[in-house]
Amino acid sequence: MDAAAKKQLKITACKVRMGIIESVYNAKSGHPGGSLSAADIITYLYFAKMNIDPSKPQWEDRDRFVLSKGHISPCLYSVLAHRGFFPVDELKTFRKVESRLQGHPSMRYTPGVDMSSGSLGQGISTAVGMALGAKLGGKKLRVYSVLGDGEIQEGQVWEAAMYAAAKGLDNLVAVVDNNNLQIDGSIAEVNSPYPIPEKFKAFGWNVIEICAHSFDEIEAAFNAAEEFKGKPTAIIAQSIKGKGVSFMENQYSWHGTAPNAEQYEQAMSELKAALAELEG
Amino acid sequence: MADTTLKIATRDSYGKALVELGAKNDKIVVLDADLAAATKTGAFKKAYPDRFFDTGIAEANMMCIAGGLSTMGYTVFASTFAMFAAGRAFEQVRNTIGYPHLNVKIGATHAGISVGEDGASHQCCEDIALMRTIPGMVVINPADDVEARAAVYAAAGYEGPVYLRFGRLATPVLFDDGYSFEIGKGVMLCEGTDVTIVATGLMVGEAVAARELLANDGISAAVVNMATIKPLDRDIIVSAAEKTGAIVTAEEHSIIGGLGATVAETVCETKPVPVVRVGVEDTFGRSGPAVELLHLFGLDAANIAEKAKKAVSMK
Repeated sequence: MDAAAKKQLKITACKVRMGIIESVYNAKSGHPGGSLSAADIITYLYFAKMNIDPSKPQWEDRDRFVLSKGHISPCLYSVLAHRGFFPVDELKTFRKVESRLQGHPSMRYTPGVDMSSGSLGQGISTAVGMALGAKLGGKKLRVYSVLGDGEIQEGQVWEAAMYAAAKGLDNLVAVVDNNNLQIDGSIAEVNSPYPIPEKFKAFGWNVIEICAHSFDEIEAAFNAAEEFKGKPTAIIAQSIKGKGVSFMENQYSWHGTAPNAEQYEQAMSELKAALAELEG
Repeated sequence: MADTTLKIATRDSYGKALVELGAKNDKIVVLDADLAAATKTGAFKKAYPDRFFDTGIAEANMMCIAGGLSTMGYTVFASTFAMFAAGRAFEQVRNTIGYPHLNVKIGATHAGISVGEDGASHQCCEDIALMRTIPGMVVINPADDVEARAAVYAAAGYEGPVYLRFGRLATPVLFDDGYSFEIGKGVMLCEGTDVTIVATGLMVGEAVAARELLANDGISAAVVNMATIKPLDRDIIVSAAEKTGAIVTAEEHSIIGGLGATVAETVCETKPVPVVRVGVEDTFGRSGPAVELLHLFGLDAANIAEKAKKAVSMK
């Protein structure tokens, strides 16, 4: 990608991060840590990669996205809002009664959400179903799913991984947001899923390892996945939980905690400064 | 009523109906979890191999794949034994099929005690209870071959999740081909004045037999076939309570949470009359020939008649 496109993606991702903080702060609940770690990847998908049309969220030939780690709904909602699926201001209604923005993604409430998710391990299976359906219908569309690294402790993820490879679903990409932290601590200490690339390789996947915060690496990985035929692709993305807000970075305590007013101000001022620098 | 000497297992009816549907509608897709020979989806696999997916022994994955496939414009039938469909994969069915109200039909075979020799680990007597608590889930337990095939057609024509409960055991064909099935409608099979037997699944045939036993004792029993357990036909239940003043329910399922429970809930809230439940009495099944087991667990005409007399005595 050229420098201007990369700069624009960085600006958008920064605005997405501001939307995440805005959502979680107003709801006084939600999951900022993993939302911030996956923000660059999901921003890239919706702004640079996926074949979608915000004015036609049900367009049947669109690429599909399943947020298997459904608890980072603030990230998905912020991306969808900035992409034009609904007003950015609506992010402030997150998790409130009357809101279209449920705590975890619901396809029945929110335009642009392709699949309800939230119960870990299930989203990747639904993505497999979509990829199968696309192949069955002779559609060229592609299916993307983002999983947490803690989520892959769920056995169902490996049922899905086995089947996707067995069926040669090369129209499917699973991204593992490898921020190394889950609610109870580091994933290595709680119940280590490492080595992650080797596990997906053993299950028959094409595996690519990247930095989750480098748009060059993100773009190269998704392009390589699209070129690769015969196997699904797993992108293992090394990320920083809480990325972009200094006091949230690499702190598992920010997995599912909302900032107070003071913390909100600090987070927003950091992100505004980053945005000003990017736009300057 | 049809010639009841002919016996067909409703799982066979399921397989047959799927093949017929597949010919008419190329959006019908069938999934199984390594039980295609037993659930009878193997017939569909043979007829339409491109639209059949065997996920292997992974029911949780299968249910969610069904959900994903349905969003791509397909009417998906996902099949395995009731134990694994409603039991093992309950949360997948609840969150990934029920909550988004997806167009997935769960074809659950080998329900109840009549699984027989495989024993308690495979005898699911909890599935109706589990499935009917999921908002928007339709739960259908057909009584015979004719109704089972009709229910498969009705499920395919309904937009949303449906749980279809089929049996392994060949049971009498009760209805003739003129029988019409409608989701959510109970059917008054026989009129009566003293008590109403509300039965579902293979207990419908037993209920009709119980009516004859009761007639010998001077008791006039009505029989209602309640194939759809959710949404329940409340009108026919309230009417039965008003007309006969006593109800017996009969199901090849736990007395907890199933047909008996939903009927008792309805009667208590509308027209309170005695309700006595015939079903599996809060116990696990065991191995044995299916017919022997049905008698052992009181899932027969004799026990229905006995419970009917009890209900009448409570009036």
